[in-house]
Amino acid sequence: MKITDFLKQNILYLDGGMGTLLQEAGLAPGELPERWNLTHAAQVRAVHRAYFDAGSHVVSTNTFGANALKFSDAELEAIVKAAVENARAAAAESHATQPKWVALDIGPTGRMLRPYGDLDFEDAVAAFAKTVRLGVRYGVDLIFIETMNDSYETKAALLAAKESCDLPVFVSNAYGADGKLMTGADPAAMVALLEGMGADAVGVNCSLGPAALRGVVEQYLQCASVPVLLKPNAGLPRVTDGKTVYDVTPTVFADEVCDLVRCGVRAVGGCCGTTPAHIAVLRARGASIAPVPIEKKQITCVSSYTHAVVFDKAPVLIGERINPTGKKRFKEALRAGDMDYVRAEGLSQEERGVHVLDVNVGLPEIDEVRMLTDAVCELQAILDLPLQIDTSDPVAMEAALRRYNGKAMINSVNGKQESMDAVFPLAKKYGGLVVALTLDESGIPPRAEERVEIARRILAEAAKHGIDKKDLIFDPLALTVSADPAAAVETLRAVRMIRTELGCHASLGVSNVSFGLPARDAVNSTFFALALGEGLSAAIMNPYSAEMMKTYFAYRVLAAQDENCTDYVAFATAQPQAAAPVQVAASAAAGMEFGSELQHAIGKGLKDRAALLTSSLLQTVAPLTVIQDEIIPALNAVGEGFEKKSVYLPQLLMSAEAAKAAFEQIRSQMQGAAEPSRCAVVIATVRGDIHDIGKNIVKLLLENYGFAVTDLGRDVAPERVVEAVVCTHAPLVGLSALMTTTVPAMEQTVRALRAQAPWCKIMVGGAVLTKEYADAIGADHYAHDAMGAVRYAEQIAKEST
Amino acid sequence: MGVVLVREYATPSVARAEVLRYAGVCGDAPGLDRILDACLVEVADRLHCRVCYCEVPVTRYAALLDLGFLQTCSASLAKNLTGCTRAVAFAATLGLELDRLIARYATLSPTKALLLQAIGAATVEAVCDAFARELAEDAAKMGCVLRPRFSPGYGDLPLETQRAFFALLDPPRRIGLTLNESLLMSPTKSVTALIGIGARD
Repeated sequence: MKITDFLKQNILYLDGGMGTLLQEAGLAPGELPERWNLTHAAQVRAVHRAYFDAGSHVVSTNTFGANALKFSDAELEAIVKAAVENARAAAAESHATQPKWVALDIGPTGRMLRPYGDLDFEDAVAAFAKTVRLGVRYGVDLIFIETMNDSYETKAALLAAKESCDLPVFVSNAYGADGKLMTGADPAAMVALLEGMGADAVGVNCSLGPAALRGVVEQYLQCASVPVLLKPNAGLPRVTDGKTVYDVTPTVFADEVCDLVRCGVRAVGGCCGTTPAHIAVLRARGASIAPVPIEKKQITCVSSYTHAVVFDKAPVLIGERINPTGKKRFKEALRAGDMDYVRAEGLSQEERGVHVLDVNVGLPEIDEVRMLTDAVCELQAILDLPLQIDTSDPVAMEAALRRYNGKAMINSVNGKQESMDAVFPLAKKYGGLVVALTLDESGIPPRAEERVEIARRILAEAAKHGIDKKDLIFDPLALTVSADPAAAVETLRAVRMIRTELGCHASLGVSNVSFGLPARDAVNSTFFALALGEGLSAAIMNPYSAEMMKTYFAYRVLAAQDENCTDYVAFATAQPQAAAPVQVAASAAAGMEFGSELQHAIGKGLKDRAALLTSSLLQTVAPLTVIQDEIIPALNAVGEGFEKKSVYLPQLLMSAEAAKAAFEQIRSQMQGAAEPSRCAVVIATVRGDIHDIGKNIVKLLLENYGFAVTDLGRDVAPERVVEAVVCTHAPLVGLSALMTTTVPAMEQTVRALRAQAPWCKIMVGGAVLTKEYADAIGADHYAHDAMGAVRYAEQIAKEST
Repeated sequence: MGVVLVREYATPSVARAEVLRYAGVCGDAPGLDRILDACLVEVADRLHCRVCYCEVPVTRYAALLDLGFLQTCSASLAKNLTGCTRAVAFAATLGLELDRLIARYATLSPTKALLLQAIGAATVEAVCDAFARELAEDAAKMGCVLRPRFSPGYGDLPLETQRAFFALLDPPRRIGLTLNESLLMSPTKSVTALIGIGARD
């Protein structure tokens, strides 16, 4: 019988702890338990056998840490082979009569994935895939991914399993006492991610005892449409007479687990500290419990690395601003491969209160596959909002979906067969909520009924791919009302029909409706209000539009979605009052050590004030004069203070930020005007090093001093540095390293640059570096602090002009 | 030798002067109060202070020091552990959220990134201190005192010994702390160290 069929009618009993029992049998601390499959096969078999005898249907092989990062290929194969044989032999030896299955156990790699660690996502996938293929070769019945405390690594393991075999895959995560994974995900986020990718059972193991995991398990039961599994610890360990003792006895353990089986958990066993005795009692006490049927939950949601956003409660706002259409500066940034713009736009939309971010970086002349993937990785590193991946290129879509740490929105599919053939397989494989546009080969039909007809066809085609209607959200397309007076009315009718007749969710890109009209905000926000009234579930919109945000918050109050009007009141009181007049009084300048009000603001690091003063100065003074007479003298004064040690690093940075704010004002006033050409500098933290604060400080200062900085980030391979230097033909590169262990990577980068970009001067810096070190690895200059880097860059700029 | 246990700590408060020192301020620095306050508020509920630890025996064979999980000829560690027959190996971390927060501010406000970094450095020290205080209380009951913390990379103890600490303590599973190939730890605000337990002399 297939285990997934068995689960439909029965409660599945798993095994208990392995590590604790092997330690009792003599496994030394620090010794790798996986090797015991070869060296102590009898002991490993005895543990498996004891679990089968106690009534476990499934035992997991002793392969928790068996992966290609820890073992050579030959040893890995020997270990997995022996591990499967040990479990199989135990199944054959045991006289217990229940059906028996052997699961390939897969634990975490113990390494952190990029960008916060150094393990690349694809390398993690490849490592897991190797173990899975060996498990399949030697005949396991299912894959059991367990004790994962990072959502991203869990995704890598599940992806590897799905790509390498057709066996059932169970996935279990380890939650802390705060009900979250170590890297932040809550149960709803994990269920969304794992179910989306096709896990056959999901659940919880390790960390705590069954009672302490109750809250987490209940959340699983509320969200999951697949069986929920549970393998808790026997409580918490403590030391008595030099031995580890767990505080939950088999009887208490069994009772607590049985309580959760009555709530709906369908597969149960134990983790650290549990023994065959725990399983035997659990099996006996669970015998009388009828399995609770598993219901499809029909939850439409997306998720990030922390949380899920559900579409059934209140309207979901999807920020539309990460899209180069009509944005000159964004296009420039994309062409230069500069991700600062994307990051800043993401952060500021988050601040405005959107729930999901649309990410579109499509420009004809760029490598969209790489750019979209980079944008997704950059955004998910610093933001916890789910992303909507927006591209018409299926290759870019797949690349981005693969790397996305959660269940994404997929923007978009439409009724054209070609589109459905391309997008649905991706949605099936990676999970996702698919935005479906109601257009097809003949275009966008004028009438609502026809658009709904297309929606029906899309639903039917999705079903063929095994995609549920809960994972589709229809966009019946807002057309321009100035071109067709009936456009808005038909779209609104279509929204209602999608909600009521199809029982599906609906989304709109609201802003299209007002093309060509003056005061577009008024039209957009009224259309938004009308669409919300028809049941609109989500809107792709501009969160900087005050009118749109007002409509959103007011609608939620009126639709009884904002208890006690809390959100509305918070929003309304946070609205800026009538702008206070700019005070540029000369009196405030009294007693300053700087030459003018603006210089004082920069010198003291008053960011907002520097911006305000600059914008008012620009009304009467030419931009270049403001730079020459105000900003540069202030920066110089602070820089000299830093060099003389009368100004400290944080103060230097505050001034630099204030100067940057002033420059931004100047830049926005000069838009369109040709900017003076700037000297290019490439900077990076070298491969293997994830510390980048020093590099970021140097970047900020260099930018203020007028350099065009290409920042490659941290953990950067030598080839990428060379590529950027060659591409920008920069006369100077700055490399940073914090640790002695990453200095070799710096040396490698220097060598690669010398070979392929011989014109380029190289300055190096970072905590462990010294002048001697810099000389030894062949750098041109050792920058002992940020100002030192600026001074050297100025010298190189002078020489290269 | 034996059991690896985990302790969690409420975020300890840190002295402002200490934070500023980590941020490179070594004198009077006006104008930093507001931004430092803002940073302190922002990190307050984002830190997850966790320690995992294990007691190990200390045995000497001439120049070789055997700690059960680690054999080393480090003279500086031998000196640090003078008079100790056991020690505690531990790993402490503040969790990944701080790294994310610092990355958020990397381009938004490098000043804040620098101060958050400094807060992290001061806080992880304070967590280690809190842990050591508890050990000291236990040790005192047995008439023992603690030696100063000693980490891989101190003196002549090679940084490579990080691998032995990780093999012993399994910090990825217990506290979400990992070691990368360059022997750097993620989350970055983390410490591994030994604390010798010796007789009062």
